[in-house]
Amino acid sequence: MNRHLLSTADLSRDDALLILDTAEQLSQVSDRSIKKLPTLRGRTVVNLFFEDSTRTRISFEAAAKRLSADVINFSAKGSSVSKGESLKDTALTLQAMGADAVVIRHGASGAPHRLANWLDGSVVNAGDGTHEHPTQALLDAFTMRRRLGDLDGRRVTIVGDVLHSRVARSNVHLLHTLGAEVTLVAPPTLVPVAMGEWPCEVSYDFDAVLPKSDVVMMLRVQHERMNASYFPSAREYSRRYGLDPERLGKMPDGAIVMHPGPMNRGMEIAAEVADSERSTIVEQVTNGVTVRMAVLYLLLSGSEPAIGGNQ
Amino acid sequence: MTYLLKGARVLGGEPKDVLIEGGCITAVGAPGEVDGTGASHVDAGGLIALPGLVDLHTHLREPGREDAETVESGTAAAALGGFTAVHAMANTSPVADTAGVVEQVWRLGQEAGHCDVQPVGAVTAGLLGRQLAELGAMADSAAHVRVFSDDGVCVSDAVLMRRALEYVKAFDGVVAQHAQEPRLTEGAQMNEGSVSGRLGLTGWPAVAEEAIIARDCLLAAHVGSRLHVCHVSTAGSVEIIRWAKSKGWNVTAEVTPHHLLLTDTCAEISPAGSYNPIYKVNPPLRTQADVQALREALADGTIDCVATDHAPHPVEDKETEWPAAAMGMIGLETALSVVQEAMIETGLLDWAGVADRMSARPARIGRLSGHGRRLRAGAPANLTLVDPSVRWAVDPGGFASKSRNTPYQGMTLPGRVVATFLRGRPTVLEGKLT
Repeated sequence: MNRHLLSTADLSRDDALLILDTAEQLSQVSDRSIKKLPTLRGRTVVNLFFEDSTRTRISFEAAAKRLSADVINFSAKGSSVSKGESLKDTALTLQAMGADAVVIRHGASGAPHRLANWLDGSVVNAGDGTHEHPTQALLDAFTMRRRLGDLDGRRVTIVGDVLHSRVARSNVHLLHTLGAEVTLVAPPTLVPVAMGEWPCEVSYDFDAVLPKSDVVMMLRVQHERMNASYFPSAREYSRRYGLDPERLGKMPDGAIVMHPGPMNRGMEIAAEVADSERSTIVEQVTNGVTVRMAVLYLLLSGSEPAIGGNQ
Repeated sequence: MTYLLKGARVLGGEPKDVLIEGGCITAVGAPGEVDGTGASHVDAGGLIALPGLVDLHTHLREPGREDAETVESGTAAAALGGFTAVHAMANTSPVADTAGVVEQVWRLGQEAGHCDVQPVGAVTAGLLGRQLAELGAMADSAAHVRVFSDDGVCVSDAVLMRRALEYVKAFDGVVAQHAQEPRLTEGAQMNEGSVSGRLGLTGWPAVAEEAIIARDCLLAAHVGSRLHVCHVSTAGSVEIIRWAKSKGWNVTAEVTPHHLLLTDTCAEISPAGSYNPIYKVNPPLRTQADVQALREALADGTIDCVATDHAPHPVEDKETEWPAAAMGMIGLETALSVVQEAMIETGLLDWAGVADRMSARPARIGRLSGHGRRLRAGAPANLTLVDPSVRWAVDPGGFASKSRNTPYQGMTLPGRVVATFLRGRPTVLEGKLT
């Protein structure tokens, strides 16, 4: 394993599988009545969140606590950061406090990479700007494996604002590494201009891709896109790129519907679809804790034997 | 003082002795044939003699950001880089949009004495793009401003640009345009292409530069004015400028050393780590195809000159996450070496060509009559001696500039300036400030 988890693009197939397999073992902990392991006792994990994201932060917090790590939540709002402290000074402060791992969410693409230059401990990217969100992709892959088995040759369709989506970037790289075939579907305005080197297909026609999809992953449409001429209106977006019950019917039997949350019900995904049994949206949340436990465990536990002892 | 430069290869030619007296070159002859009695001898064996370099695009930051650079430190850096004249850009604080400010900058340059400082005047008051600054007052001031630019900001209003181009004709001025369509570059961070897509940084499309250049060429033709295009960065811009020149229009252009050497991939993969904003610059680093087109355009004269766009920033403005960082890189002390690497070592230009693109042509565009002259008897003794045979590892710790934001740290570059003379007076000898 690398010392940091910054991007799925630099995650090898072996490392990706190690994380997913470790998560599988750790998931047994979540089924116990006492959901706690002593593995990271005495280690300090800092959740450094420059953007509001209660979901991701509490998922990381739960993961670290189940491994008995000490957790410090550092929210940029109301802290020295909002008074102009630089990212570097924040890093040096955390370093001086003995942080073993820093989980960072930041609005600037690449902020975790910069942070990693200034810290001795591990850095986990919990979402950086419009770049990556690697643990989201890992929990998505974990969820797909549980539902569909091996991902080799599986057809995954990711629909929505690819241009601004860190979830899409992380998923494209990871799913490619794991052998899946990825198709991105979006209005042309929301696709990066030079996609030639991405290991995936691009389509503007959702209906044509649906019957060939084992997984359909819907991305959240951010509110600020709606008034910036990326598409004419929310209604038109929903008609062309929303997943409604009719489109759900075009998917193959056994195909699943995913969404990283939070959803815009009625916009990119209809309520009936989100609540259908094909939807994995609630499982994704559960699996998020498990996968994040695996990441923290592998980054922080060093050469100690893994849980279950069969690594 | 009188100096005899012994065995200097003028523009890379055969060794010559060059005699400097009273601020002028008084004799150039075969070795041993120039009478240097009483002169201070400078061993120039193996060194190339070039006319003193002229930079059309320098940010000296004074007044306002003396923490990043001052006229004193910036012109010291210029002299060490072989320059005898620099054009100080107008985006200071206060903006150089009045006769008072340009005269202040000009006078600070005189006092520092390392090289001539020719202030650039702002096109619009406060660089705000609303109304013309008092261009005539700046032209008539002691600073004799001839180049006008809102550099850092594009004069995007087509009517205002037309008026500026027309107005400066009265005093043979030129508008140097920072070509950047503002709406197409809102929040832009780096060249829009495969790298920006992967890194998730907002793209800065080539068309944002090219559309403005095309418009401005047409405007300059329409009103019969001189247009200068700052820091051309794309292959498409080169094509447009080539087309405008083929029409006989009075359009000139510059390219920076960094756009001749570096590409947008530096943001992703570099010894300095990914997302290192040392590579964040306006206009952004582009692709290898653009670099190649720019080199060829400089070689064939479509692009007239090299200009550094020396842009000093304090450490804290670069030691940040990418989107928060300031744009720009310093370049005065590395410009000639980068040009040697990109143009001489590749065979695209010889030393006479470098002299033309880094001295004669920029001096002509800026209407600096005392600079960029041929190195022969009677010319002002503005010249620099370069050792082309050495290679050196760039260490910003040794720079005269107050700032350290060089993208070349750790790189090994060819060629070093050994001496620079400003009107017969050495500003640099043996590679050090005098």
